[in-house]
Amino acid sequence: MTGVAPALSVKHLSHAYGARKALDDVSFSVTRGAFAVLLGLNGAGKSTLFSLATGLYAARQGSVEIMGHDVAAAPSEALRRLGVVFQARTLDLELSLTQNLLYHAALHGIGPGEGKRLAAQALARAGIGERARDKARDLSGGQMRRVEIARALLHKPSLLLLDEPTVGLDIKARADILAHVRGLVAQENLAVLWTTHLIDEVEPRDQVIVLHQGRVLADGAAAEIVATQKAKAIGEAFETLTTGLRE
Amino acid sequence: MSEAASSSGALRPFSAGQYAVCLAGVVWREGLRFLHQRERFVSALVRPLVWLFIFAAGFRSVLGVSIIPPYDTYVLYEVYITPGLMAMIQLFNGMQSSLSMVYDREMGNMRTLLVSPFPRWFLLGAKLFAGVAVSILQVAAYLVIAYFWEIEPPSKWGYLTVLPALALSGLMLGALGMLLSSVIRQLENFAGVMNFVIFPMFFASSALYPLWRVKESGLLLYYFCAVNPFTHAVELIRFAFYQQIAWDSLAAVAGYAALFLIAAIRAYDPAKGMLQRRGG
Repeated sequence: MTGVAPALSVKHLSHAYGARKALDDVSFSVTRGAFAVLLGLNGAGKSTLFSLATGLYAARQGSVEIMGHDVAAAPSEALRRLGVVFQARTLDLELSLTQNLLYHAALHGIGPGEGKRLAAQALARAGIGERARDKARDLSGGQMRRVEIARALLHKPSLLLLDEPTVGLDIKARADILAHVRGLVAQENLAVLWTTHLIDEVEPRDQVIVLHQGRVLADGAAAEIVATQKAKAIGEAFETLTTGLRE
Repeated sequence: MSEAASSSGALRPFSAGQYAVCLAGVVWREGLRFLHQRERFVSALVRPLVWLFIFAAGFRSVLGVSIIPPYDTYVLYEVYITPGLMAMIQLFNGMQSSLSMVYDREMGNMRTLLVSPFPRWFLLGAKLFAGVAVSILQVAAYLVIAYFWEIEPPSKWGYLTVLPALALSGLMLGALGMLLSSVIRQLENFAGVMNFVIFPMFFASSALYPLWRVKESGLLLYYFCAVNPFTHAVELIRFAFYQQIAWDSLAAVAGYAALFLIAAIRAYDPAKGMLQRRGG
C-alpha cells in the first residue's frame, strides 16, 4: 500500500481560525529523498501547515499523509516516520545534549542503552560529538539548531520537517545548517520539507512550493518556476507571483 | 538511514516495555528539571514553612481548633494546618507547571512531547504523573522539616498511608493545571491565577480553619467551601495522615480528578481542543 507513497502528501488541506482562512485547499507532495522548500512570507500559513502536519491541530478539511500514513487517522504510524525541528527553540537548556536526546529517545520508546548509542552517533554526525556533556545553555544558536536536527533524526525518520530553521542565525551558521541538511538528503535518502521566507536558501533544482495567503501559487522545480514566470531568478518569480495576486 | 527504506512498511506497535520507557523518560526529565531549578525547589519549600512558622505561630492563640475527626484530642494549630500546607505545595506545583506550559518556551517543550508517536492521553498522563511525583518529593521535604518542629502523624505508618492520598490529590490539582494551561490563551503574570484560582481555592477551604467555623460566619461561603475540590484534597490528606479514610473526600477528589483529566485530554485533543484556537 505504501510502497510508492510519497514522503509527504498534502491533499486539499484547508484550515481557518474563526473567520480567517489560514489555508485554502492546499495540495502538494514531497517525494522520498527530495529537498523541498515551502516558500512564503510571514503569515502565509506555513506554521499552520506545520501544526497540521505534526498532528498538533486536526485538519478540518483535507488530509496530510506521511509515507502513506494519514496523520489524523493513524497518528502513531505517521509520527514514527517523522522528524520535526520547530521554529522556537525546544531544547531543555538546563540539561546536557545527551540528556536532551535521551528524553527524545524515550518519547519514541527507545530505552537509555540504545538511546545513548544513537545519541552519540547523532551528535557525532552533526559535528558536535565532543560537546555531548555540555548543557544546551552553553551552545550558540547555530549549534543548538544542529542539536535539534540531530534530535529530530535520532529515531531514523524518513521525513524531516523544519520550520524556519535559520531564523535568528548569522550568515555563516545559516549556510552551515543548510549545507548540513542538504548533505543528509544526499547521503541518507531523507526527504526534507524546509519552510522559509528567505529566497537565497533555494537552489535551482529544489522543489519549491510557493505559499501565499493560505494558497499554493506554484509548485515545481525552482528553475521551472523561474522559467514559467519569465523571471531571472526565484526571487523575481516569487515577487511576480505574490504581487500578481495582490493586484 | 538504514531504517528509512524499511520504515515505509508496517512498524511493530509499541510494546508495554516501550510505554514504560516513555513514562520513565518523562518522569526522569521532570525530575532533572526540578533538581536543576533550585530556586523552584527552595520557594516550594519556603512558602509552606512561612505559613507554618509565622502564620501558624501567630494565630495559634486566636484560632482555637476544637476536637474534630480525625483528631481525638486537642491539636496545635500547626498540626491542624499541616495537611492544608501539604495540599498547598501540590496546588502551587500544579499551577506552576501549567503556567510554564502557557509560556511560549515551554509550549515548545509541550510540542516536542506531543509529536511523540505515543497516544496523546498517555503522554499527558505521563506528564501529570511526573508532576505528581515531583510534588510528593516537595511534600516529603516539607515533612522532614515539620518533623523537627514536632509535627508528625500519630504513627510512622501515617507517612505511608498519606502517599496514595497525595498521589490522588496531586493528580487532581495537576489535571486542573493542565486544563487551565490549555484554555488560558496568554498569561504573562502569575497574578491572574493567584487571584482567581489559588487564593479562592486555598482560603475557601478547610486548610486554615475547620468548615464548622466557616458555617458560623456565612452559609453561602460554607457551601462554596464544601464543594471546593481543594477542601476535599486537604481532608483526604488529613485523614490519611492519621491512617483513616475520609470516604466522601475520597469520592470527591476521585470525581474531580476524573473530570479535570477528561477535560484536559479533550482540550489537548487536536480535533476538539482549544489548542488550535490559539492560532498559529
